[in-house]
Amino acid sequence: MFKFLTDRDTWQEVFDSLSKNKLRSILTMVGVWWGILLLIGLLGSARGLENAFNRLFGDFATNSVFIWGQSTSKPFKGFQEGKQVQLTLTDAKKVEENIEGIEFVVPRNQSQATVVRNFLSGTFGINGDYPLLDKVQKKKLIHGRFINQNDIDDNKKVAVISENVYKQLFEKDEQAIGELIQINGMNFQVIGIFEDGNINMGPSSDMHIPFTTFQQIYNRGDRIGWMMITGKPDYDIKQIEEDAKLLLKNLNRIHPKDNRAFGSFNLGNEFAKMTGFLTGMQFLTWFVGIATLIAGVFAIGNILLITVKERTKEIGVRRALGATPFEIKRQILVEAVFITLLAGFMGIISGGWILILLDWAFGQGEDAAIVNASVSIAVVFIALIILVVLGTLIGLIPAFKATSIKPIEALREE
Amino acid sequence: MLTINKLHKSYPIGDSSLHVLKGIDLSVKEGEMVAIMGSSGSGKSTLLNIIGMLDEADEGEYILDGVPIKNLTEKKAAIYRNKFLGFIFQSFNLINYKNALENVALPLYYQGMKRKERQEKAMFHLGKVGLKDWAHHLPNELSGGQKQRVAIARALAANPKLLLADEPTGALDTKTSYEIMEFIQQLNDEGKTILMVTHEEDIANMCKRIVRLRDGVIMEDTFVEQVRAGEYV
Repeated sequence: MFKFLTDRDTWQEVFDSLSKNKLRSILTMVGVWWGILLLIGLLGSARGLENAFNRLFGDFATNSVFIWGQSTSKPFKGFQEGKQVQLTLTDAKKVEENIEGIEFVVPRNQSQATVVRNFLSGTFGINGDYPLLDKVQKKKLIHGRFINQNDIDDNKKVAVISENVYKQLFEKDEQAIGELIQINGMNFQVIGIFEDGNINMGPSSDMHIPFTTFQQIYNRGDRIGWMMITGKPDYDIKQIEEDAKLLLKNLNRIHPKDNRAFGSFNLGNEFAKMTGFLTGMQFLTWFVGIATLIAGVFAIGNILLITVKERTKEIGVRRALGATPFEIKRQILVEAVFITLLAGFMGIISGGWILILLDWAFGQGEDAAIVNASVSIAVVFIALIILVVLGTLIGLIPAFKATSIKPIEALREE
Repeated sequence: MLTINKLHKSYPIGDSSLHVLKGIDLSVKEGEMVAIMGSSGSGKSTLLNIIGMLDEADEGEYILDGVPIKNLTEKKAAIYRNKFLGFIFQSFNLINYKNALENVALPLYYQGMKRKERQEKAMFHLGKVGLKDWAHHLPNELSGGQKQRVAIARALAANPKLLLADEPTGALDTKTSYEIMEFIQQLNDEGKTILMVTHEEDIANMCKRIVRLRDGVIMEDTFVEQVRAGEYV
């Protein structure tokens, strides 16, 4: 049955018919090639953008909100407006205990300090943190470890520094773990180095020291800079934000309708906007991609239909010479599958080049617009199969037409 | 060789139908060279197409080489065409993207002959019509007479029992026409049975028998003294 596929004559016929009708072959191939190329280009760039967004948010727990104190805008219970609002550890604890759906509350402190090591120095943002921070804002450690409970309990003078700080304070390839650096004249031991984040959400985080150590050296007592609140997965972070703020207003004697007393940044909200945008973009890509494929199929069909007349006559001659209708349909089928497959593979290859080009142009560096633009090979092959099947079916129309009428009518077509 | 009894054929034209063949009786023996003549619309081409199994009769009997040709599937018809018949058309009907040799080899391809054997045989037949040197030329590089000779070589390639020619000289000038007729006469001399449709008296007189059709019936069926085309060339 499939012996003809390994027969040299079959391929000779296919090759002759395709190469001697160059315009027809090339136009058909362009239709398929363009369809596949566009599909790959579109899907690949969409994936790349999506990857870029995911990388941007990748380090953060996305259902989080940051809250910090500002100054009041309404007088309340004897306090005039303009009162400075200071959040405390107690506030953080109360929020954690009383608000429904909270996963963690991470109180944080921040300050600027000059850091010196031997003859090198720099001014960096110093954060006082709990180990829990790692859950909200994942630190990618290159060496060493993050702050642990022991460091907190013993007020240890240890520091986790960013790669950037390491580059400024240490020689290239120098061992940093265990070395001492001076923060505000006090010696701290470096216990870890982390990779710089892609974006800075909130104040710069160059260096982390234990929360309790920070309290001690800056004499902070109970006061905290801000708190990061992370909600449980199935709770609405927007609601948590409102509840937490209301509770905090209550605790700090602030007018319940005072909207300026607390500043906040709702990561969940921002993320939802992005996700919505991405979903829309994905829909658009698929829509355009499928429309392109259909356009490709029509292009093939068009070209093949235009050549019906020419074909019909040729088929008439072949039948007069003793070709059976089956042989003729088989011949045209092999031709159509061969040409669409060939063009499809060319489309896949050049689509790949486009993605490489995109990656080269926009995908380099940390703030790349497109990250790892790629298409799943399954999607590509499904698209190719659809194109081949539909293209072939359309290609068979003239063959069926020419073999269903009497050979004499096919011959008479002028 | 072939026997036809009470053959009828009509074509639908809009709501009515056109009765083209109204009971044809014809018998052709092996080695004959028959010209079918008639004005246009007399049904001569239709008769040839039915004999060539390119078209089907509505009624009547057609026996070719002892095989009744009736209700053939397309596949069977294709096999019979390939085995029994060679066609020569007025407009040559060569496949324009295949060179002369490939055109001649095409019926052999459909016979399932091996490539090498096919090429050799096709070359032999091209040589017979004197076009060995033109084997690798495309049809549009050949003159009308050369094209028709390629078509004759193609018709001969499958070694058919019966050669059917539909106005073989219709698209050629007189000189070339006589050259082509000389070939066809040679083939007949070698024993091929030939059936040809023409409306030119001089061409018809180069056959051995003339069948005249008018309005779908045979008016006249006479054996004639063959005029040798070679005398004119």
